[in-house]
Amino acid sequence: MLTRAENLTDLVGNTPLVRLRRVAKDFPNVEIWAKCEFCNPAGSVKDRAARRIIAEALRGGQLRPGMRLLDSTSGNTGIAYAMVGAALGVPITLVMPANVSVPRKQITGAYGVELIYSSELEGSDGAIVLAKQLAAERPDLYWYADQYSNPNNPLAHYHTTAPEIWEQTRGRITHFIAGIGTSGTVVGTSRRLHELNPKIRCIGVQPDDALHGLEGMKHLPSSIVPPIYDESTLDETIWMPTEEGWDVAERLAAEEGLFVGHSAGGNVAAALRVATRLRDADEPGVVVTILCDRGDRYFAPLKWEKHYLW
Amino acid sequence: MATIRIPTPLRKYTQGQEEVQVNGGTIEQVLAALEQSAPGIKERICDESGKVRRFVNIFVGDEDIRFLDNLQSVVKDGDEVSIVPAIAGGR
Repeated sequence: MLTRAENLTDLVGNTPLVRLRRVAKDFPNVEIWAKCEFCNPAGSVKDRAARRIIAEALRGGQLRPGMRLLDSTSGNTGIAYAMVGAALGVPITLVMPANVSVPRKQITGAYGVELIYSSELEGSDGAIVLAKQLAAERPDLYWYADQYSNPNNPLAHYHTTAPEIWEQTRGRITHFIAGIGTSGTVVGTSRRLHELNPKIRCIGVQPDDALHGLEGMKHLPSSIVPPIYDESTLDETIWMPTEEGWDVAERLAAEEGLFVGHSAGGNVAAALRVATRLRDADEPGVVVTILCDRGDRYFAPLKWEKHYLW
Repeated sequence: MATIRIPTPLRKYTQGQEEVQVNGGTIEQVLAALEQSAPGIKERICDESGKVRRFVNIFVGDEDIRFLDNLQSVVKDGDEVSIVPAIAGGR
């Protein structure tokens, strides 16, 4: 990370890579490294995509003075847009499912964004449908960023996340693992890593079931598949049960001092599966995965805050 | 009769129905009745020990049953019971 910057948005990316020693203690020949995306200014991996999406829309003239950026998001992208928008003076409108965690609503609200809620029963796909409808009704007011199909989402990772990992591992990386939400992180990073070394095994992680609790990840067989998703960039998909991801998230806090979100838990759980496989095959490895955000973004409401707003 | 609101990922058990009407005086009874009309749905909501899975929230009206009496929470005639999963990603 830069230690000094002229603009807040210059602080996005260049996040540290940390070795996970205790959760990986049973795998002496496998290094597991995690990219600390919670170190970004708005606290998640999504800062990278938001910065590039907004910068390119301003540069290309799609986002003009007087217009608002509109997108659907279940949280972190919204927080990232809110930060970048505030820092660059771009007004933001977000469509979120009503059951996103209360802290997410509060954080985006603090940055001054306009929030519109979609049905709590329909998940992120319900938010996508509503955002599309709003954008079609008011093309003069809204520029629809559409993180699910915007090529600048994976490109952000192609140009930043992948070269950073390559440099931080000095080209030693053997496996890259990341969960699939919009798929921007895993597709963009994997595409570039494969160019740098086609032997790197790039693995996507999806929840094992449509009904899941790995917030931020998408179960593609039951979802609207993001147009940016390119399966050819991946060597494999690991299907992650919610409980396994949650358990590893708890271990990361207790054993490593890394209090991270459930999707980060799911990513590290997948890394542990790969490490197990390598150990059983008696092979060494340098496995890199993503810690998407901090766990404090998911605190359940306290009892006196129990009235959900929807 | 209570009205159960079914989330998208579970509607394959209810032939696509968004709402199902069932009888039952507690959440436990309501879930048992729901299983009768939509076989297979209960094990998606509850774990092997019968407890509601950690990542599934159930509401009576707008009250989370964790803040009521969990499975013993009272359901009255005309109540609306919502089964709400955690957000399915994309951020």
